[in-house]
Amino acid sequence: MKEVIRLKEVWKIYSRGEENQVIALKDFNLSVKEGDFIAIMGPSGSGKSTGMNLIGSLDVPTKGNIYLGKHNISSLSESDLAEVRGRKIGFIFQQFNLIPNLTARENIMLPMIFQDTELWEREEKADELLKLVELGDRAEHYPNQLSGGQQQRVAIARSLSNNPDVILADEPTGNLDTYTGEVVMKFLNNLNEQGKTIILVTHDPDLAMKHTRKIYWIKDGEIEKITEKVRGKWKNIRKKK
Amino acid sequence: MIEDYFNLALKNLKKRGVRSWLTLLGILIGVAAVVSLVSLGGGLKAAVDSQFNIGSTEVLTVQAGGMNNYGPPGSGASNPLTKEDAGEIGKLSTVEVSIPRNIRNVKLEFNKKVSFTYAGSIPDNQREMDYVYDFVGLETISGKLLESGDRGVIVIGSNLADMDKNGLDKNIKVGDNVAISGKTFRVQGITKKMGSIIMDSTVLMTENDMEDLLDYGNEVDLIVVKAVSKDLINQTAEDINKLMRDRRDVKKGQEDFDVSTPQAMLESVNQIISGIQIFIIIIASISIAVGAIGITNTMTTSVLERRKEIGIMKAIGARNEHIFYLFFIEAGLLGMIGGIIGVLLGTAVGYAGTSALNTFLGVATHPEISFWLILLTMTGSFLIGAVSGLIPALNAAKENPVEGIRG
Repeated sequence: MKEVIRLKEVWKIYSRGEENQVIALKDFNLSVKEGDFIAIMGPSGSGKSTGMNLIGSLDVPTKGNIYLGKHNISSLSESDLAEVRGRKIGFIFQQFNLIPNLTARENIMLPMIFQDTELWEREEKADELLKLVELGDRAEHYPNQLSGGQQQRVAIARSLSNNPDVILADEPTGNLDTYTGEVVMKFLNNLNEQGKTIILVTHDPDLAMKHTRKIYWIKDGEIEKITEKVRGKWKNIRKKK
Repeated sequence: MIEDYFNLALKNLKKRGVRSWLTLLGILIGVAAVVSLVSLGGGLKAAVDSQFNIGSTEVLTVQAGGMNNYGPPGSGASNPLTKEDAGEIGKLSTVEVSIPRNIRNVKLEFNKKVSFTYAGSIPDNQREMDYVYDFVGLETISGKLLESGDRGVIVIGSNLADMDKNGLDKNIKVGDNVAISGKTFRVQGITKKMGSIIMDSTVLMTENDMEDLLDYGNEVDLIVVKAVSKDLINQTAEDINKLMRDRRDVKKGQEDFDVSTPQAMLESVNQIISGIQIFIIIIASISIAVGAIGITNTMTTSVLERRKEIGIMKAIGARNEHIFYLFFIEAGLLGMIGGIIGVLLGTAVGYAGTSALNTFLGVATHPEISFWLILLTMTGSFLIGAVSGLIPALNAAKENPVEGIRG
């Protein structure tokens, strides 16, 4: 399988003056292959958000290298990173993070504007994606006119608009009730079955174990263990060094 | 595709609160002041021109004692002009015709009421009479103008004929008899409205009638001179000045008389208008500066309020310049909306002002609203807005996506 993302010996250190350094991520290694559905698991403060920011190319590492496909993105400028993530990464956030002034359809079209996609193509793609998340009849609704689950489905559609290599979902069910959360996860599962690579970032082991096939357990900025589902059973494939 | 950013900026503007719109007042007032100033410019000039009665460009006037005395021009001067002065001026080679005129305060009685107004003399010979009619642009709306040899008849200005303006509670019609300073005259004609408050309230009578009535002897209040050519008008003025200095025995620079050319009059009119314009432009500039600061302020607040939105847009692929366009255009549109409302308001003031001037002065000026003026103001106000939003937009572009999303 082709590798989509690889983090190699990545460190992220936040420093507030020489004396006050916080190591958020320590010697982090991760490899995601095409079609994977993996989870990055950890309690709050474990460094999983930092990991997600790096994987999503929202941030650059202090040390180490990050490869998106074959491109090393660890030293790109902020603006170039934006272009890379716009094309290659689709974000889904816990807070849905739709733009309140735009309708569902316009929200889905927005990432394509930043890639200079033609209007007709944007409209066609947005309508197609709205159908995919079963919200064809809500196209002209504004986010505040949609339920949480519906907003998250619009966010899923938005994340797909530039046909990215990876979907990065950060606690996608965190703001939803169990049932609605399940509906949202069903959509993500369907996408994965169709071949989309998905990375789920969560603190909830049940959610991760129910839906993904490989889990990176993070604690105190380090990978504690990596488990993988083999023939229905979870196996530890790497213990902490 | 820049139009997409215009669309997005417009959508953001639609959701803005009253606070943002209030910051537009500065731009709005500034633009409205400029537009109304320009659109009223023509009317304003016509209005001042008509009060100064600037007609022919080859006509000069000579008065004793300068122009600053109260009452009708030339009257009350300590050393008045004489009929001989007018005669000598008429002999100058650069002068085509020189006409002595008198303008005095008189008492007008009609309908058992009294009104005080001006009486102006009209020369008795037909040639000079026609010159005066021509200079002033006199026409009647009813009856006829004075003719050579007329005695005991007058022509009155339109305001005097109108009961709403003459204070006599009754319209004066052609054929009515009125008493001027105790003597009865028959109204032979009423002049067309000229827009000058003085001219429209004047009683015109022949020189002979006026001298009999007021007994001013040899005195002349005003000498109206027509130059042979308007290109030589400054030479004509110079000749008259020299002649009059000799006749009155005064040195250059100490003249107790005044020769005014139409250019000089136009200049003083233009000075008045420039003064008004400068004043309005200063006010407009201050308003626009205040408006620009208002836009900077509201955009800075907006960037802070929308940090999360900026973070989200960056996460889904917006480059720094995309965010910059968005806020820059939004600031520009804010300015332009102020400009549009300002243009509408200014145009309304222009039309209302012109129509008021037209009614008041009986002139027919049009507001000068041009496509270019509107285009220029729109572009200008967009640019002012955009420039005001420059720094906030740059700050927005530099926003860190990770911190932004965290909110």
